[in-house]
Amino acid sequence: MTPGSRAVSLWAALVLVVLALAPAANASLQIKLDEGVVQPIPIAITDFAAPNPRDQQVAADVAGVIRSDLERSGLFMPLDRASFIEKIASFGTVPNFNSWRVIKAEGLVTGQAMIVAGGLLQVDFRLWDIFAEKQIVGMSFKTTPENWRRLGHLVADAIYERLTGEKGYFDSRIVFISESGPKTKRRYRLSIMDQDGANPSFLTNGEHIVLSPRFSPTTQAITYMSYERQVPSVFVFDLQTGQREVIGQYAGMTFAPRFGPDGNRVLFSYSRDNNVDIYAVDLRSRRPVRLTSDPGIDTSPTYSPDGTRIVFNSDRGGSPQLYVMGADGSGQSRISFGQGRYTTPVWSPRGDLIAFTRQSGQSFSIGVMRPDGQGERILTTSFSDEGPTWSPNGRVILFTRTTPGRGSAGGSSSIWSIDLTGRNLRRVITPGDASDPAWSPLNK
Amino acid sequence: MLRFFGSLKVAGLLLVASTLAACSTTEQPTAPVTPTQPSASAIKPGTAEDFRVNVGDTVFFDLDQHALRADAQGVLQKQAAWLQKFPAVKLVVEGHCDERGTREYNLALGDRRAYAVKEYLVSLGIDAARLQTKSYGKERPVCAESDENCWQQNRRGYSVILSGASS
Repeated sequence: MTPGSRAVSLWAALVLVVLALAPAANASLQIKLDEGVVQPIPIAITDFAAPNPRDQQVAADVAGVIRSDLERSGLFMPLDRASFIEKIASFGTVPNFNSWRVIKAEGLVTGQAMIVAGGLLQVDFRLWDIFAEKQIVGMSFKTTPENWRRLGHLVADAIYERLTGEKGYFDSRIVFISESGPKTKRRYRLSIMDQDGANPSFLTNGEHIVLSPRFSPTTQAITYMSYERQVPSVFVFDLQTGQREVIGQYAGMTFAPRFGPDGNRVLFSYSRDNNVDIYAVDLRSRRPVRLTSDPGIDTSPTYSPDGTRIVFNSDRGGSPQLYVMGADGSGQSRISFGQGRYTTPVWSPRGDLIAFTRQSGQSFSIGVMRPDGQGERILTTSFSDEGPTWSPNGRVILFTRTTPGRGSAGGSSSIWSIDLTGRNLRRVITPGDASDPAWSPLNK
Repeated sequence: MLRFFGSLKVAGLLLVASTLAACSTTEQPTAPVTPTQPSASAIKPGTAEDFRVNVGDTVFFDLDQHALRADAQGVLQKQAAWLQKFPAVKLVVEGHCDERGTREYNLALGDRRAYAVKEYLVSLGIDAARLQTKSYGKERPVCAESDENCWQQNRRGYSVILSGASS
């Protein structure tokens, strides 16, 4: 947990092999996400076999990661291992489907883990459809042993994808702000962890206020705002080298940064001559382009996933509302018209929705609407919910929830997740107080 | 104990301090209760303490507003007069917000508040080069409780002496 110590070594040899096995049958086992999943699918995930006894622990641990990922998705109900009738000791075994039907499993995951040539850790798995009595997925992954959790996430993603028809999101990370100390002297540290809260590490030491970190689509860099210079400024942090660099010399505060979809461009707000407007800068030329010039506050810009449009919030109409414009600043038009104040819009990676914070009365909500402003749905409400960020597949939203301050220490902030359906509200475990999550794309 | 006094107005903060002191000295009810701050006459003119105690370093704003209220203008007129008297002093005007806004919007709102203070001081004849601005949004409250009393204390423009004061 030392600053910058986690020069990311995830990108070791990662090899995927699709096991040549019986072709997938027309499986009965299928989750239709758009219909809304009320009853999670019962699935049995065995402890993975270890052909070499010294790999037993990692084999069990990988299975644990898979169970935990699938359970937290709210779409699956991993069954209690104590209920398993059949003990599958070898990866080559075809299961006795009847013994799994008896315990009401609809899916079964078997696998094995072993250290192979080159010292790599290899994990093989099969997903079985209990009713169709067929294997429907079989894959093999390998990587360096210290990345064993990634293998679990990759298996969970493969299962999710096979059963929902959509990409998973488990092999991904979250950048966020760790907070500690009383509200009046809060310490903020740029932090990163796996999406399940594992492997947390600090990227800055807490000496300066840091806010609003956002991932690059390349997954190798983060843009954020820091108070380390006299003028609070937008920085880019290179996860591979640990180096950080200001995006340019600006006379006033730069803040609310967000990468464009190609990773070369950053949108941000710049306070110049008592006016906050939205700018885009190409990180190669460092030349900024001004996109808005309204006297109101224009901030929290985000590109659409295809990079052609930008959604942002502006109080030009009197209160903060959401506006959409072309990537060159053309055609600015308001899209939010509901009750309350709308801020922090974020375009879904699928392009179909915009998530936002809505402040109404004494509460804050996370909601979604279509890019034309129609179809608004509120997903969560509390004293303070703010700052949504999308899972790489656009199915789950993380946000910051802060409790009311009732003493000199003030309220507590933590990261929560909610499904796009409005179900499956859960707290994300962080080492301490945490805010401003930003979800990475899938790891590469 | 402190929470019990949470409903007092900002102007009553000094009162809170002295009331607490009174609680701890109930054995001597006749003893006069004095604030812990040094008396105005003991403070050396032109110091940061002089500015804070005798002029006032903080102005307050209404919810989601950056317009200067009459009480804020009064404080800033005193600040301007003091700055005229001590022309070597440079200030950073910090803009702050309460917690009822999202992080990035509040950075912008705090920025506007700091500018409103700066522009008013400039309109009173203070050289803009002596005045920097810095927004902290909702990240540096002075009061941590979630009620209107705290929120009002946190919606502020805070003038901090950067350099040039006597020591």
